[in-house]
Amino acid sequence: MAGGGRKMDRRRFLINLARTAGGVSLLALGIGIHARSARAIPPEYIRPPGALDEEEFLSACIRCGICVRDCPYDILKLAELGSDHPATGTPYFVARTGPCEMCEDIPCIPNCPTNALDHSLKDITKAKMGLAVLIDQETCIAFLGLRCEVCYNVCPVRGKAITLEFQPNKRSGRHALFIPVVHSEHCTGCGLCEKACILEREAIKVLPIRLAKGELGRHYRLGWEEKAKRGGSLVNPDRPHEFNLPEGVRYDYETGRVYRVEEAADKVGKSTRGGKALRGAGQGASTPPAEQMPGTANPLDTLNRGLQEAK
Amino acid sequence: MAVTPIEQLGRDALKAKGFFGAYKWLILRRITQAAIIGLFIAGPIGGVWVLKGNLAGSWLFETIPMVEPFVFLQMLAAGMFGFLTTTVVGVAIVVAFYALIGGRAYCAWVCPVNVITDAAAWARRKLGITQSAKISPQTRFWLLGGALVVAAATGQLAYELVNPVSIVHRELIFGMGAAGGLVAGGIFLFDLLIARHGWCSHVCPMGALYSLIGAAATMKVATPNRVACDDCMECFEVCPEPKILPPALKQGMKQGLPAMVTSSLCTRCGRCVDICSKDVFAFHFLTIGKERQVESDQTSGKEEERELKKAS
Repeated sequence: MAGGGRKMDRRRFLINLARTAGGVSLLALGIGIHARSARAIPPEYIRPPGALDEEEFLSACIRCGICVRDCPYDILKLAELGSDHPATGTPYFVARTGPCEMCEDIPCIPNCPTNALDHSLKDITKAKMGLAVLIDQETCIAFLGLRCEVCYNVCPVRGKAITLEFQPNKRSGRHALFIPVVHSEHCTGCGLCEKACILEREAIKVLPIRLAKGELGRHYRLGWEEKAKRGGSLVNPDRPHEFNLPEGVRYDYETGRVYRVEEAADKVGKSTRGGKALRGAGQGASTPPAEQMPGTANPLDTLNRGLQEAK
Repeated sequence: MAVTPIEQLGRDALKAKGFFGAYKWLILRRITQAAIIGLFIAGPIGGVWVLKGNLAGSWLFETIPMVEPFVFLQMLAAGMFGFLTTTVVGVAIVVAFYALIGGRAYCAWVCPVNVITDAAAWARRKLGITQSAKISPQTRFWLLGGALVVAAATGQLAYELVNPVSIVHRELIFGMGAAGGLVAGGIFLFDLLIARHGWCSHVCPMGALYSLIGAAATMKVATPNRVACDDCMECFEVCPEPKILPPALKQGMKQGLPAMVTSSLCTRCGRCVDICSKDVFAFHFLTIGKERQVESDQTSGKEEERELKKAS
């Protein structure tokens, strides 16, 4: 009897255990799925300055709201429950209604108890809350030929994060367009430009960097930068461009003019000022050596010559 | 004396001790709970910064950090180790405090959800709802583990997306939105219609963690006068964790157990102290070393014998 009772107890215990474990697992699974779907912050919401990358931020922010309290302009809010918001309880601001004023002492950061807002950020101009993008060139009135430049003028990193580029107004044929251009190197994503945009709906918007920036392939090298780094050409030395013209014709680099070799003597004398004649000019109309003629020799010759000269 | 009918609950205490005697700890608790919310709001409204932040993390007088141990555990589980010394100090302060006074004192004296579930328990009694779904009280410990597993699996504080305790509390302090009301209402209905003491005593993983933190606390509800117990069962009716009471009362006396509620699940709410017209219960603040001690030195052996005879 007693043994049977114990057996019953054990069975009930195991059933209860399985029920509890199963229920909790289901609940945990639901929370996990919800958490995964809420992983990326919707693009209209911006994290405070110094916020870690979104994924890290969600593991570091304890949703205490101290940054909200410390913001002197009261722009920060804590997210409500719901999947079209940032993760429940985390801080954000909306640029169009309340942009970051970029306080020099960044008061929202130092009291953050967990480093979800990176305490090593001391210079607000180094913040990367997002990136302003002039997203609609059809409505931006600068593109329509009007003087506006409001975004350029309110930018706290003035003259660096947004510059004005002048372009000819092709429509009128005689005016200039004052086009605002954002430079990601200096833009902090504060959103003051978005707030200030005079349109009914802003043409310049702060977007998360993941949406706003492209990324070059890692193997890309910018020739001009590499050249500057090396202090000279990386392939073969730049040579005067003298081969692709019809025979007996030369190009003067300094005057930008094409001339016949017969005129060369006096033209060259004038244009090079030091009396340094163009290569080949002194020899009159003589043809260049065969191995320097384009297309006549193996293309590798050109490369090999460059290597030899480098030696 | 027989078991008190539910509609007469608390009348004897009111008669014997007067209003303040019969509601002393309840009133103190409500004042504490309101004061904590008030101190958090006094900063943004009146510029008096006693507490800044919320229960997840805060600054006391803008100098002493406090960090919720449950969110800290979730942080660790999520693999976030880039926290500050401040974080650790804040957690240590909170853990030390609750380890001393009893972890689940958080539940009864600080947590705002307690007001909701107490209201649901009250409404249950008034409406005569006795049905209750069977949920294991161990569920909370499973969910505590589950919350940490989910944090590890998703790499974020996933439970905090839905944690009703932090949501309700945050909404109170940072402005009540529809979501806060919805969550508060959901908890109320769950406790009212689905399970008695459902949330706080069965499901809430925060309560589970605090009970572990306060396992060796020095402040306890003692039963120095348990021989006077007349089996009215009123304390069982109001206690959110009634299973922890018998060892402290006559049953425990028979088994030679110490005259105090030794379970770490006790929330120190003091409702048993208030409701007992015979003054069986009392708060004892330094109980270290007294747990093994039977109360025979407090009550005369004869009386105890007599009670035992009566009981058997």
